[in-house]
Amino acid sequence: MKKLIIALAASAALMGGFSTGAVAQEKKKVCFIYVGSKTDGGWTQAHDLGRQQLDKALGAKVETPFLENVPEGPDAERAIERMARSGCSLVFTTSFGFMDATVKVAAKFPDIKFEHATGFKAGPNLATYNSRFYEGRYIQGQIAAKMSKKGVAGYIASFPIPEVVMGINAFELGAKSINPNFKLKVVWANTWFDPGKEADAAKALIDQGVDILTQHTDTTAPMQVASERGILAFGQASDMIAAGPKTQLTAIVDTWGSYYIKRTQALLDGTWKSEQIWDGLKDGILTMAPYTNMPDDVKAMAEETEAKIKSGELHPFTGPINKQDGTAWLAAGEKAQDGVLLGMNFYVEGVDDKLPK
Amino acid sequence: MFEAILLTVITASTPLVLAALGELVTERSGVLNLGVEGMMIMGAACAFVAAQLTGSPYIGILAGILGGGIFSLLFGFLTLTLVANQVATGLALTILGLGLSGQIGEAFVGQPGIKLQPIVFPFLSDIPFFGRILFRQDLIFYVSIALVVGINWFLFRSRTGLKLRAIGDSHASAHALGINVIRTRYLAVMFGGACAGLAGAQLSLVYTPQWVENMSAGRGWIALALVVFASWRPWRILAGGYLFGAVGIGQLHAQIVAQNLGIVIPSQFLSALPYAATIVVLIIISHNRRTTLINTPASLGKPFVPDR
Repeated sequence: MKKLIIALAASAALMGGFSTGAVAQEKKKVCFIYVGSKTDGGWTQAHDLGRQQLDKALGAKVETPFLENVPEGPDAERAIERMARSGCSLVFTTSFGFMDATVKVAAKFPDIKFEHATGFKAGPNLATYNSRFYEGRYIQGQIAAKMSKKGVAGYIASFPIPEVVMGINAFELGAKSINPNFKLKVVWANTWFDPGKEADAAKALIDQGVDILTQHTDTTAPMQVASERGILAFGQASDMIAAGPKTQLTAIVDTWGSYYIKRTQALLDGTWKSEQIWDGLKDGILTMAPYTNMPDDVKAMAEETEAKIKSGELHPFTGPINKQDGTAWLAAGEKAQDGVLLGMNFYVEGVDDKLPK
Repeated sequence: MFEAILLTVITASTPLVLAALGELVTERSGVLNLGVEGMMIMGAACAFVAAQLTGSPYIGILAGILGGGIFSLLFGFLTLTLVANQVATGLALTILGLGLSGQIGEAFVGQPGIKLQPIVFPFLSDIPFFGRILFRQDLIFYVSIALVVGINWFLFRSRTGLKLRAIGDSHASAHALGINVIRTRYLAVMFGGACAGLAGAQLSLVYTPQWVENMSAGRGWIALALVVFASWRPWRILAGGYLFGAVGIGQLHAQIVAQNLGIVIPSQFLSALPYAATIVVLIIISHNRRTTLINTPASLGKPFVPDR
């Protein structure tokens, strides 16, 4: 319903320029485009929490309207453009699939600033921001290798984009650092958001013999299935402990708030520049949910790895690493370049899946 | 493992069968309600909220049925009483349902739901394989099967069913014969809404016992396709619904099995299979003009204004 109200407000502003009167001009609009619903319990909820923190911190100076459930595809461009026309000064588009749409709209509105999450195309008024989720996935892989009795984990994937492939690889590398024979089964749900399908994928993986689950989709349905079937799982994007109090080992929690506040402040100060930002655990853009449902030694190991990643001592993608087909990728001690990671389209050795093209 | 897969297929297929059965009755009366997705999500929200508030999934089921049924009355009023365009009204119903259900469920997001438990029959439930699959299911599954049998009997063996089909084929003739077209259509629309609501209740109480906005994720549209796929026949809805469900679950397993064997099957292709099958069936049934004429309600989607 709020979506509808905002849509109406946006179109009202579009039709009658009078609505941007004196009051509206004092407060700048910082707008958000969400791919899912703001209460999905995962990805979009994390962005919305960030927006709420921004509202709290700078609410006197900015308004933060948002549009939720915007499908990736042709509709996205229209939605972003509508937001841009409604008087936004800064627009955050929060899904990889909004990339090309954001690029197009940004070109049409040179005076408005845009920021696209997890993409790689920037422009003079278009910045990108991303989080090094793979750091968290590496820790998860290590925990999985310690906790799995069968040595096989199941991975519910969404779409074969670099972001997701990178996460799968980081998980496998973490697991292999503990158990060199660790196997990873991947199921592609071909959706970010469909509780039923995500649950089906979880059930299929469990029926096929995995005893630990991790997901790169947006709802808590897989966590719920894992909990029902009595196996362990990792949460994604938000802390999912409520859906599996005895199930969740930890979760990668996206904490965008401080970033949104920093960038909005830069906008207000007039110091906003287009940048390509890729922050990690050390910057606080992602945090690990409490390590639960595991023995103390595993917890200590996870905390140690987390500290090493934060201090820069450990980079998950450090050689020697072979590609899936056995050919060499990184030599011993060599660290992966950011550019390669952001365009990652191959698996590392040990992943059982064949990457869909 | 085969048993476990079958159980998953049943869970995935039941909401499709239920929603499609309801729409079948609505369409047989000559009304095209494209708002299945909206009615389904309303049912899911009402069912979840009622179950959380009362602690009883059975009250949840009732609330889901009522939620879908009452919501469909809005469609009935607009299209039957005010004679609004059915296609546009149905689409509006879906959009409204998605928004309204989000509002209803807002306070309940993230709460662990109450799962509707299977009914266990003495002896029968312990029969290996068949017993565990057929006699250890929840109430909604049994209702879905009973509805297939019941609707088939109602439409093709009962007098009222004959009248309903007559209205769907030619509302003017039915009206001339003294059948109350508008009242029958109201009832058919409400029945469709109630079935979609029950399908929604299955989503939020059995399939994934939780509430998330938009959780029906397009299943209402699949149900609509299923009605055409089944050429307006209840038994074919059952078969089609389970085919859709089985392909959906089967492709997930196929992915893992392919990984174990080291071969590549494009998952996108498998995901698209049910829709491709619908297109093929459409081509076949429209190729044979006689079967098309026999099964398609002739006044489907046409507005009716009784002359006084």
